[in-house]
Amino acid sequence: MVIKQFSLANAPLEPAQLWQPLANLSAGAFVSFEGWVRNHNHGKIVTALEYEVYPALALKEGEQILTEAIEKFDLLGAIASHRYGKLTLGEIAVWVGVTAPHRKQAFAGAAYIIDEIKHRLPIWKKEYYLDEPATWVYCREHHHYGLFEEAK
Amino acid sequence: MSDVPKTVYLRYFAQLREQSQCEEEERVTTAQTYGELYQELKAQYGFTLDLAHVKVAANDTFMGLDHPLRAGDKVVFIPPVAGG
Repeated sequence: MVIKQFSLANAPLEPAQLWQPLANLSAGAFVSFEGWVRNHNHGKIVTALEYEVYPALALKEGEQILTEAIEKFDLLGAIASHRYGKLTLGEIAVWVGVTAPHRKQAFAGAAYIIDEIKHRLPIWKKEYYLDEPATWVYCREHHHYGLFEEAK
Repeated sequence: MSDVPKTVYLRYFAQLREQSQCEEEERVTTAQTYGELYQELKAQYGFTLDLAHVKVAANDTFMGLDHPLRAGDKVVFIPPVAGG
């Protein structure tokens, strides 16, 4: 059975618990990725982050991303969880874990999932700085959606 | 027929929430499409994002901005995202 779990969390992510449903004796590889809150961005000193999420659509889009990754890379399992609310420096903002028979699929699957999360998940990031007003940050070239094309 | 007012329900997130100073509202509009509705809101609230930089979801599903607005739609305009 392929494991697929996408979630949104308002409490600290616990990798030691998050990976457990992925345990699978036919998996030869497990790859995980953690996105951390870092203390700088574009030369500014970041003191904290806040994520605001559109829950209903984010859960749908997150599931869709995992489904795509499982199909593209023949994964045995894929789990991802994204924080929302206020985060402090060093916290895990997003966790991704995948299993596959071999390492290449696992690396590629994990990379696909985090890339798509960054580009497509309806979640917004406000950065708080040491000496400047907080701002909503984004990359314009990242603004596209997989489900968008299919919507009629 | 075409300009019969419709009632729609809006939720705002991130900078659109801050600029409208509003989390949600019920609105009567004659806008024909989601894009037209965005322009109406942009004019009223002074949204700094152009239509080209927003997406739209209706009833928790991504839609095309040129699709017809329907009475009762739950509409969310989506500013550029930043997960991860």
